[in-house]
Amino acid sequence: MNAPHRNPENRIPEAVSRWAEPGSSRIPYWAYTDPDIYQRELQYFFYGPHWCYVGLEAEIPAFGDYRLSFVGERQVIVVRQRDGEIAVMENRCAHRGVRFCQQQRGKARSFVCPYHQWTYKLNGDLAGLPFRQGVERDGEKQGGMPADFDMKAHGLVKLRVARYGGLIFASFSDQTPSFEEYIGPAVMPWLDRIFKGRELTLLGVNRQRIPGNWKLMMENIKDPYHPGLLHTWFVTFGLWRADQRSRMVMDEHGRHAVMISQRNQGGASDVTQGVTSFKADMALNDPRLLDVVPEPWWNGPSVTMITLFPSLIIQQQVNSLSTRHIVPAGPGAFDFIWTHFGFKDDSEEMTQRRLRQANLFGPAGFVSADDGEVIELSQDGFRQRGADGSTLCELDGRDVAPTEHMVTETLIRGMYGYWRKELGL
Amino acid sequence: MSSALDQAAIDRFNARYAACLDAGEFDAWPDFFLPDAMYKIVARENYDAGLPLCILALEGHGMLRDRVYGIKNTLYHAPYYQRHVIGTALLEHHTDGSATAEANYAVFRTRPGGISEVFNVGRYIDRFKATPEGPKLAERICVFDSEMILNSLIYPL
Repeated sequence: MNAPHRNPENRIPEAVSRWAEPGSSRIPYWAYTDPDIYQRELQYFFYGPHWCYVGLEAEIPAFGDYRLSFVGERQVIVVRQRDGEIAVMENRCAHRGVRFCQQQRGKARSFVCPYHQWTYKLNGDLAGLPFRQGVERDGEKQGGMPADFDMKAHGLVKLRVARYGGLIFASFSDQTPSFEEYIGPAVMPWLDRIFKGRELTLLGVNRQRIPGNWKLMMENIKDPYHPGLLHTWFVTFGLWRADQRSRMVMDEHGRHAVMISQRNQGGASDVTQGVTSFKADMALNDPRLLDVVPEPWWNGPSVTMITLFPSLIIQQQVNSLSTRHIVPAGPGAFDFIWTHFGFKDDSEEMTQRRLRQANLFGPAGFVSADDGEVIELSQDGFRQRGADGSTLCELDGRDVAPTEHMVTETLIRGMYGYWRKELGL
Repeated sequence: MSSALDQAAIDRFNARYAACLDAGEFDAWPDFFLPDAMYKIVARENYDAGLPLCILALEGHGMLRDRVYGIKNTLYHAPYYQRHVIGTALLEHHTDGSATAEANYAVFRTRPGGISEVFNVGRYIDRFKATPEGPKLAERICVFDSEMILNSLIYPL
């Protein structure tokens, strides 16, 4: 596949293509608002050589189970095959383009487009269509498809599929490297820590539409600066704050990252001086909301926040585990889909604990509701200024490198370095 | 049938509940519940599939008060007005003196200076008990059809 930026007709208009500064520590507002840039992001990142998350295997355990999901703005059907494999194909009839599958989840033996009854196998192959051979009347054949109509060439668009630890990824591109190569050796161990050798159980799904550019959510989880400042619970109860032992890890391209930290006992210290969100006298009326029990597989860190570019965030924050799927909807909005999970060998108490701690996260979360709010307000700020503004991320310098602390914006710079290079800006 | 939980009493209860939240009097909100009551807000998608995840699941007055503290002191958000419209409850009385009820609700959100939006639509699935102070909730499950939350949900439904 040709990179869109190599196509001269797809060039960004001169007025918005100026990126005045070298490096990636100042990000022009148009990176978040320009519709042409957004189209190129879809083509190059979401439909290009990247693995995009589409769901958990636990959502479709049995033959014929399917769910709808998204890769970028394209809706896909994720379906379990007879042999246990998983197929992912575009939800769009090869005949007249109908997005025919309308059940979010279900069980199917085949897929039929209701418009003209074109029928597809569970792997997306075209199985049959009415009147292909025409209709016989008075010994005469009427109509029908041309003799050279090729059934094999008119199936649903099939995506490549990568399965890892109960997670399902898909890609439209033949150029996408193997999943392991895509993730890279720096980030892979942090995925293995959570997923390797475990079976996942599904706790449920929460959805929110956030009126901001999709990259703002990636930034939010590559930004270890804000949690101990914006989020009262994190700073007060020591879940995430600058005096903790932490590490910032990224892949060789700067696109994927992990923020790793270990909780402390909270309370007042140097890092709470003048921090208005810190509440020295705050105590929970019901401590069960934060009844943290360390699990053997943690091996130290109590929190790892993983960003897999472009569409997935994986959260371990104490006993709460979730995938957060980014589904872009134009430059100014995205849907954010949280799937909470546990492990098959969890005790009932652990499941209950994970569910109680889920109160901290999601669209109403004691902690993460703030993130959606500030993302909306960031987009408002970009919109009101127009193209000549830029965001600043120069905490801990202007270059890109992993760190052994959290007082840094290096991961955001890493992502925009990759973004800028790949889009040729 | 206990008249303390009759149709008029439950509908009046819901009217007072709506008025309390719409006035932003969150400190008074836990008093609509029994001390060990369960309050949940859950997407219909999860509820119908029997999946336990909620967007909020609060057990008892302690957690309800923690939420109120969060709204007032810790959750940074753009403030908004809520307007609840609650339908007539469909009631069923039980031999133990309790009652279960379902009532449709629609909640509109208006940011000061902004336009009004349909914020959340669903139904309350309730369990009531009679007390000397009138009906109280032993359980309120808000099952919402509008599965996509418009950014964030800060205040109770």
